[in-house]
Amino acid sequence: MALTNEIIQQKLIEKFGDQVANFETPFGLLSFQSPKEMNLKVLQFLYEDETLQFTFLTDLCAVHYPDKKGAELAVVYHLHNLKENIRIRYKVFTDIQQPDVFTATQLFEAANWMERETYDFFGVNFIGHPNLKRILNVDEMNYFPLRKEYPLEDQTRIDKDDAMFGRGGSIY
Amino acid sequence: MLETKEVQPHHVKLPDGSIEKLTTTLNLGPTHPATHGVFQNIVELDGERIVSAEQTVGYIHRAFEKLAERRPLYQVTPITDRLNYCSSPINNMGWHIACEKLLGVKTPKRVDYLRVIIMELARISDHLICNSIVGVDSGAYTGFLYVMQYRELIYEIYEEVCGSRLTTNIGRIGGFERNFSDTAFQKLEKFLREYPKVLHEFENLFTRNRIFMDRLQNTGAISAERALNYGFTGPNLRAAGIDYDVRVHSPYSSYEDFDFNVPVGSTGDNYDRFLVRNVEMWQSLHIIEQAYQKVQEFKGTEAEVFHADAPEYYLPEKKEVYTKMEQLIWHFKIIMGETEIPKGEVYHSVEGANGELGFYLISDGGRTPYRLHFRRPSFIYYQAYSELTKGGMLSDAIITMSSLNLIAGELDA
Repeated sequence: MALTNEIIQQKLIEKFGDQVANFETPFGLLSFQSPKEMNLKVLQFLYEDETLQFTFLTDLCAVHYPDKKGAELAVVYHLHNLKENIRIRYKVFTDIQQPDVFTATQLFEAANWMERETYDFFGVNFIGHPNLKRILNVDEMNYFPLRKEYPLEDQTRIDKDDAMFGRGGSIY
Repeated sequence: MLETKEVQPHHVKLPDGSIEKLTTTLNLGPTHPATHGVFQNIVELDGERIVSAEQTVGYIHRAFEKLAERRPLYQVTPITDRLNYCSSPINNMGWHIACEKLLGVKTPKRVDYLRVIIMELARISDHLICNSIVGVDSGAYTGFLYVMQYRELIYEIYEEVCGSRLTTNIGRIGGFERNFSDTAFQKLEKFLREYPKVLHEFENLFTRNRIFMDRLQNTGAISAERALNYGFTGPNLRAAGIDYDVRVHSPYSSYEDFDFNVPVGSTGDNYDRFLVRNVEMWQSLHIIEQAYQKVQEFKGTEAEVFHADAPEYYLPEKKEVYTKMEQLIWHFKIIMGETEIPKGEVYHSVEGANGELGFYLISDGGRTPYRLHFRRPSFIYYQAYSELTKGGMLSDAIITMSSLNLIAGELDA
């Protein structure tokens, strides 16, 4: 029996009830979210359940939504079941004031650097990570550059005021 | 008779305050002739054996993901060039296909086949560099020097198609910027004619060479299970025995129309990685031949098709912009950001030359990506380097680095 999005969704709801929510399938990829405290439980269930077997972590990254108060940072996991060849996207949202999320390094070695990268750019604090320090940026950096409040160019410059090309103005 | 006295290292009287250390710390890189690219490793050595290695990355970090948030979709393509610059066309195509998925653009078959030709040429040139560099690092320079002129043939084809060689910026969202010229096809034919002989010679030089085999076998090995846990993809994963290939598992650009094999290794060591890449070059050649044949089957007006019929996203050909009203309008609209970009989240991956290259694109309806994340294969599998080299010789660690096909540009993004 081939694994389908419906079966995965059903399995997750059976296990976690209304803790897992917002099921969507944009472009055919099942996507859902859960409270951030649940992330390890959900990932472990996805990893260990005999029918699901999402044992391959394809990608881990974060997204910053400054307008979502109390849930500004999203940590996005892309998981892959290589046997059934099906992918899913799993998100947890966290408050930017206290961006603590449990680490997935116990399950996936690959998560180590991906979480360091996410910490480096968004400041997500992965609890339990063996070596959570900056990876691509210099250690002395005191901000998290991919958050939307850090503009790409110096917004005070007036010689490059060219709103048509995305510079200047108040776009993030 | 001379009296010999054995000196016990532990009995040497060291000055006060010095630390007695049994291992040597060596700083390998960031610029070192043996590391091809900007890699730094702080290795702890016991004699010539590696006790531990710690990687430092980020020396050429250029904040691509941040840059992309300020660029319209079509301006992100030059950024993708600079990820894995040994096979930039694959990155370009991957990005175009990811955008097309978001925009809902359907490309004609001829475009898909032309893309396959270019992508497979890029794969050959990437594997060629990687494998010949493995040769260089094990002391055989000849192969590297010899195959360079055949990579040159590939670069000439790129040049004919898009005008540049290394950072190609090839194609556009929806297709190509111009149709392939006759010269491009002639050069492709020349390559298809001459290259098999060269690849045979290259294999004769290395594959069963005793010294080469002794250097590569049983070094830098990883088990299939560990490789999966480390997020390996591409030839490195296949060398460990897992037949995961994005071209087969989630075909894009009409890869399902082609007949090819996915080679797998068994031990996951440097030698298997080398062999898998060699076989993949043969397979790529086979795919190109099929694709070229399919391209030739298009006749009449069909043979003129080189882009999708999606005027709102496809930047028109320059000479038409100068001469035709409609093209001028679309050109203006696209450049000034007046075309509708749908909202949505897309993850699309292609089989890059060194693994699964993924694009996670979030669009909020603006003309630039709200967030763009590159899944960069070499960033993910470089984590395993310390495990791969532990307990081995320093000289083998150099070969392991080359055979993993690490590209600093992709690693640091």
